Amino acid sequence: GQSHTFFLLLICVVSPVKGEAVSQHGHSSNITGIPIISFKWHHVETPYLVAFWVLVSFLGKLVIEANHHVTSVIPESALLICFGFILGGMIWAADKVQTFRLTPTVFFFYLLPQVILDAGYHMPNKLFFTNLGGILVHAVIGTCWNAASLGLSLWGCQMGGAMGDLDIGLLQYLLFGSLMAAVDPVAVIAVFEQVHVNDVLFIMVFGESLLNDGVTVVLFNVFDAFVSLGGPKIDAAEIIKGIVSFFVVAFGGSLVGLVFGLLISLLTRCTKNIQIIEPGFIFVLGYLSYLTAEMLSLSAILSIVFCGMCCQKYINANMDENSVQTVRYAMKAFANGSETIIFVFLGISAIDKVIWVWNTGFILLTLLFVLVYRFIGVFFLTWILNRYRLVPLEFVDQVIMSYGGLRGAVAYGLAVMLDENKIKEKNLMVCTTLIVVYFTVILQGITMKPLVMWLKVKRAAVTEVSLLEKLTNKMFNHTLVAIEDISGQIGHNYMRSKWKYFEENWMSWILMKPSARKKQDQVFDVFHQLNLKDAMEYVTEGERRGSLEFVRNENSIIDFKKKSESESFDINNANMSNDHGAMSTTSRDPIPSVSLEMHEQIMKAVREAEAINAHHLLDQHLYKSRKQHRHRFSRSHFDINRDEKEVQEIFQRTMRNRLKSFTSAKMGVKPPKTIVKHTQKEQQQKPMKILSRSFLGSEGDSASGYDQSYMRATYRAGAGIENPAFMPDLDPMDLLQIPPWLGESELDSSMVALSHRAQVDLPRTPSNLRRLAPLRISTRSTDSFTLENIPDTQSATPITDNIYAWF
Amino acid sequence: MGSSSSSRNKIPNAQELMRQTGFSSAHLLRLHDRFESLDRDNRGYLSPDDFEALGGLAMNPIGGRIIEAFFSSGQDTVDFSSFVRILAHFRPTDRNRNKEGTQQELPSSRTRKLKFAFQLYDLDRDGKISREELLQVLRAMLGLQVTEEQLQSIAERAIQEADLDKDDAISFDEFKKSLEKMDIDTKMSVSFLK
Repeated sequence: GQSHTFFLLLICVVSPVKGEAVSQHGHSSNITGIPIISFKWHHVETPYLVAFWVLVSFLGKLVIEANHHVTSVIPESALLICFGFILGGMIWAADKVQTFRLTPTVFFFYLLPQVILDAGYHMPNKLFFTNLGGILVHAVIGTCWNAASLGLSLWGCQMGGAMGDLDIGLLQYLLFGSLMAAVDPVAVIAVFEQVHVNDVLFIMVFGESLLNDGVTVVLFNVFDAFVSLGGPKIDAAEIIKGIVSFFVVAFGGSLVGLVFGLLISLLTRCTKNIQIIEPGFIFVLGYLSYLTAEMLSLSAILSIVFCGMCCQKYINANMDENSVQTVRYAMKAFANGSETIIFVFLGISAIDKVIWVWNTGFILLTLLFVLVYRFIGVFFLTWILNRYRLVPLEFVDQVIMSYGGLRGAVAYGLAVMLDENKIKEKNLMVCTTLIVVYFTVILQGITMKPLVMWLKVKRAAVTEVSLLEKLTNKMFNHTLVAIEDISGQIGHNYMRSKWKYFEENWMSWILMKPSARKKQDQVFDVFHQLNLKDAMEYVTEGERRGSLEFVRNENSIIDFKKKSESESFDINNANMSNDHGAMSTTSRDPIPSVSLEMHEQIMKAVREAEAINAHHLLDQHLYKSRKQHRHRFSRSHFDINRDEKEVQEIFQRTMRNRLKSFTSAKMGVKPPKTIVKHTQKEQQQKPMKILSRSFLGSEGDSASGYDQSYMRATYRAGAGIENPAFMPDLDPMDLLQIPPWLGESELDSSMVALSHRAQVDLPRTPSNLRRLAPLRISTRSTDSFTLENIPDTQSATPITDNIYAWF
Repeated sequence: MGSSSSSRNKIPNAQELMRQTGFSSAHLLRLHDRFESLDRDNRGYLSPDDFEALGGLAMNPIGGRIIEAFFSSGQDTVDFSSFVRILAHFRPTDRNRNKEGTQQELPSSRTRKLKFAFQLYDLDRDGKISREELLQVLRAMLGLQVTEEQLQSIAERAIQEADLDKDDAISFDEFKKSLEKMDIDTKMSVSFLK
């Protein structure tokens, strides 16, 4: 229905446009009168065509995505190519010549960079670098193997007469092999995106597709030069130069990208006043890194990938939240748009009689060899790699890795760039390349998902079902890290911790805004987000029940969302709606009387929200161990990628605990009050034990086992109606259970080490703040506990900084 | 590496340890070297402060518990065989072991791994993870920004999900059952200890 009309419309538009383009030539020279309006096609030809084709591609995507059933079977890229076929056919019918093709210039300069920049910017760095060894092996050795084996086999077959009377030199075969060898990132993204294989498998294929550009560029240029030089001139010196050029190209390209990435990070440090165009910097500088590398004949893809990978952390920290969102969305939009255009034009370019030179042997053999050698290469290399890997790659994973060696537009672009004077059979090669691309993208794309399901490949990790699973999972991660520490495995954990140290103390210091760095230290904004979310849920729940007035009454009862009802919370209150502003002050008051029935309803609703929250909380807040990585790589889905600074927290907490046991200085902090939430379960007035912060880690002189001390705080339930309002508590001193090895003198200091959760009242006196400040600084340098002379700026600063001072 | 006979001389009960834990003699030797390097005062046993000297453990939220797991009840020293036996839990499970009925179960079996994990929770070793113990773990592992009430609700729900006999605590069997879908073998294995 609608597709028919669309195509008719298209034909109507295309033909007159083409017709006019031709007829405009003679028109402008003879003017006989004043034209009221004139058709100035030439004036706008180029931008018009560009915009027009972009529009057409996007419309094609619109049509394709209209029917979800089709796209779940056939990947979108395949459908776009078919769409391109149709369009190409129409243009061909209109013009008898293919006026529109995917030219290498357009492709390499205008369409490819944003796809790769997007890939680099959203790259899960941790996952990438964990598997870097394997990725590099496949990218370098695998690609070289592909190129060499393909070239040599084809040449062998030609010699054997399988291709009729074709006559292509060995060097040209190797050149062809090199352009055919590279796995294409665009195709990989397009196909794997809908399949959701497990992280490691995906990153292996995807990382390989990105990094092999370094090899491809070198191989292509080297063999191109060899073909120009001719056979006899190639001696050892040239070959050595070729090998050297590989290192130069690869590392040089990465270096250029790194430099640009650092530049972007530095820039975003200063762009506070131009937040509106802040996002522009990354696009411009990313593109410049691509062009610079291209200018220096280095690997442009590597450059832009590393630029994106390097800067992602810093610009996300430095830039305003809106700018970050803008960058994300804009990048996805550009990348997705580019991909669409690429695939459409890949289809259109096929309908061109000029390039269709058919040689059955050549084409079929190429297809066969590409597939077979890919499998052989992957399996062999993985077999070697598995001997050194922590988690060996399974057999089915390897199958998918081999099958996922898709060729795409990069190969086609390189093929078109061949010089037909040097290579007479250029058209045959172009044609073959196109056929291979179609085969991989369409056929392998369609069969990828069924294959993955049939082989029962491990899919992307599904979230745990039960809280205990989730928790235990994290526990295992931490355990493994600890065991590795104990058993002295100096593996990539050691390197990673060294890198982390360097990164935190040097790079972040230079590249991140100070305020952003502070926020890295503590996850206050996460807490803030959570409160906002909770607040919105309240409102939703209240509205569901009829009125927000209801919500206002609820708030004073349901206080488990509040961490502390004191000043520290004013920030959140300021940001929340006015309804909630009253909460903090009323919370200490006795609750307004609410009928028991309403109370029940409230609790029930809240508990439902709680249940959702509990899972969500664990997701968000569980400390990630050093091995943990979390990402989602998809064209259309964003996840907030929170950086892990919990290690900092844990370390600080542990160190602080240790400090407490060593120092005998009395801090003189007011006894903290504990907040208690009364859960519905405990209908009886059962005192609920709140376990405050205990001493984790050891005290130096402890000889016995690790008993953990805890403080118990009880509360008194309100008379009559159960009063879940928190009652600021009593005197913890009475209830302190002092662990045997802690002397009397350390009693006071032990209180400071209470969980911040438990502390309701922030010690606000300047002297106390001063004391607390060293704790923060002390985590960086462990010898500065005696900072007496910190200027008392704390009391003057707003509350936000008081919170920061805790950490 | 020294010849296997010299390693057996250095390590007491090497054969017995190898049989009990499944480690190879090369690994045993390497672990022995590690043990000696941790044992700074050359006492022949490890004490908690030897473990703490490892900076990485300080940054680990459950570092204290792991250390505690090495010190079996009441003792404050770890000798080499205990050291190795604990680490043996982290060997990858031998999937293709011959099923000999009389063979002692290796520490690296799934059940033993789970038992180890269970003991990380169950500090007082009463065979059940009570709500307080769960809370302690949560507190250790979750960031400081999570409030006490939120922790309570998480702990409660966790117990609710796993507790089948409604005794408000998680026994080992309930623990095992709730984790039956998890791939314990890979999640609790360190590779070089093959």
